[in-house]
Amino acid sequence: MSVQPAMPKCWRVESKPHKFCPGCGHGLVLKALGQAIDELGIQDKVVFGCDIGCSLLSVDFFNVDTVQTHHGRTTPVITGVKRANTDVIGVAYMGDGGGYAIGAQHLVSAATRNERITAILVNNTQYGMTGGQMAPTTMPGQKTETSPYGRDVNTMGYPTQGPEMVAAITQEGAYVARGTVANIKQLKGFIKKALENQMAGNGFSFVEALSTCPTNWRTNAEDTWKFVEQDMTKYFKVGEIKVPGPREEKEGQ
Amino acid sequence: MPEKPIQGEKRVFMTGNEVVAWAAVAAEADIMYGYPITPQNEIMHYWTRMLPKYGRRFLQTEDELSAGFTTAGGVLAGRRAFTATAGPGNTLMQEPLSMAEAMRLPVVVIVQQRGGPSTATVIYSQQEVTMTTLGGNGEGLRVVYSTATHQELFDYTIKSFNTAWKYRFPTFVLGDGYQAKMRESLTMYDPASRGITMVPTEPYVGRPGMPGVDREPTHLRNTYNVEEELFEVLEQYLADYAKAAPEIAEYDAFDTDDAELVVISHGVVSRACKEAVKELREEGYKVGYFRPITLRPLPVDQLRDVAGKAKQLLVVESANGQLDRLIKEAIYGCTTEMLSLFKPGVGITTEEVVARVKEIKG
Repeated sequence: MSVQPAMPKCWRVESKPHKFCPGCGHGLVLKALGQAIDELGIQDKVVFGCDIGCSLLSVDFFNVDTVQTHHGRTTPVITGVKRANTDVIGVAYMGDGGGYAIGAQHLVSAATRNERITAILVNNTQYGMTGGQMAPTTMPGQKTETSPYGRDVNTMGYPTQGPEMVAAITQEGAYVARGTVANIKQLKGFIKKALENQMAGNGFSFVEALSTCPTNWRTNAEDTWKFVEQDMTKYFKVGEIKVPGPREEKEGQ
Repeated sequence: MPEKPIQGEKRVFMTGNEVVAWAAVAAEADIMYGYPITPQNEIMHYWTRMLPKYGRRFLQTEDELSAGFTTAGGVLAGRRAFTATAGPGNTLMQEPLSMAEAMRLPVVVIVQQRGGPSTATVIYSQQEVTMTTLGGNGEGLRVVYSTATHQELFDYTIKSFNTAWKYRFPTFVLGDGYQAKMRESLTMYDPASRGITMVPTEPYVGRPGMPGVDREPTHLRNTYNVEEELFEVLEQYLADYAKAAPEIAEYDAFDTDDAELVVISHGVVSRACKEAVKELREEGYKVGYFRPITLRPLPVDQLRDVAGKAKQLLVVESANGQLDRLIKEAIYGCTTEMLSLFKPGVGITTEEVVARVKEIKG
């Protein structure tokens, strides 16, 4: 008798097995999100937005209302939903391109305005769906289709430190953390806190998840885990970066 | 419950942008998302001044991409949401409007045309016709009302919300810098007092009940895996649009039955053309007047009818043939001579239209 691993209740069984490549980290991030949604009992409140790129494959991942948007535009769509209906719990789910390149202005502005939404950004150091091009998060020296000799930091700069940037530009009430698919329990905790922060009406919540892309990294299982656990964490420090202070009396929204 | 913004009817004298803000309030619009660009700014200025009194909302976004996508979000949440833009902002807004077409989101956009291309002038043009009617990737599944007067700005801003929510196509009110900034008189009214019922809105996401248990979850997407899957969806959309088009299409015309030459124009230019046709008639010229109010969909049957009767059509516009191209496509196959008076980015007077007709007629 085989024992099936426990899957989040809010997962949509009809859309499983999911559409991500074998070894992709998206399934793990979404599992952490699903567990957090279950534990908080908010399946009927969540409006989930996904970006273009690999994240769009999560459009029917959950039994929660979902809208798949354009590349980089998930943050404003969820902002628009949340501004129009403050009862929903808005989750904007995107990749490193959607948050740090094409949609960077939206991330920056949502963070600055302290939008009461939760953004989850999956960082796999390259553009997966379009075939493995360089991303803002591509590591120094890392080879991609558009940096075939390795990312040259002299011409292309260093990887974007997204959570650090968001932490720097947000006001009190924001929650910012970086987790990794190599530690799902911790990642789930960060995502749960990010959702709770939105539910409390404190402010913008942002979680970056270090993730894997063995397809475009052209790595085997061992090298994949080495890259995400050792190489990536040299630049991308895992942990909570900003947590809201004690709640103060808030002005009416 | 906030009081009705307009009780019964009210004669006013105000700028077009102010008219739009009042019309949106009267139409029970819930939320505006916007980004400043001239010449539409005062729509936001007046909206933000009125919103506390009438319990409405506003968000100033970081750019027009965001204004369009947040407006889409507001509609997804079931609100009567709208935005306003012009020129380069209209260019940026074609991206969110493409998504609105793909998802059949009743987003309402007020465009106050300025000169183009690029930053050009902040004053006036009719150069946003092609972009507003057919912008974005796709088939242009949208509705565009071209207004000529402040009364129409009021009427069609209200109507745009109902057209959008009834047919679920993004809907534009295409004004211009002259209409935005000049003052003229009009009658404002509470839509209900004229028997206009606002089409009810409903949320796409965040509906009551547990998704997957009490109801199916909403899984909206604009991405399709295979060509045939997209084709199937678009076939339905195109059929819906074709069915709705004759119901939506509007026009204004006179003296076309016996006219040898019919002047075709839209927006404020039609005011000059209307006067010109009247003057020319008094002088004995057999001229007629035709004005599409909807630029998309066009009143194709009426256009073909008018074009079939006339010997010559004179298209007059403050652009280099953007309306002209739409007309030619609509009457394709018609052998009536097509003439033009194009002044891209510049206003057109009655005298100029009269002179052009006399030049043609000798």
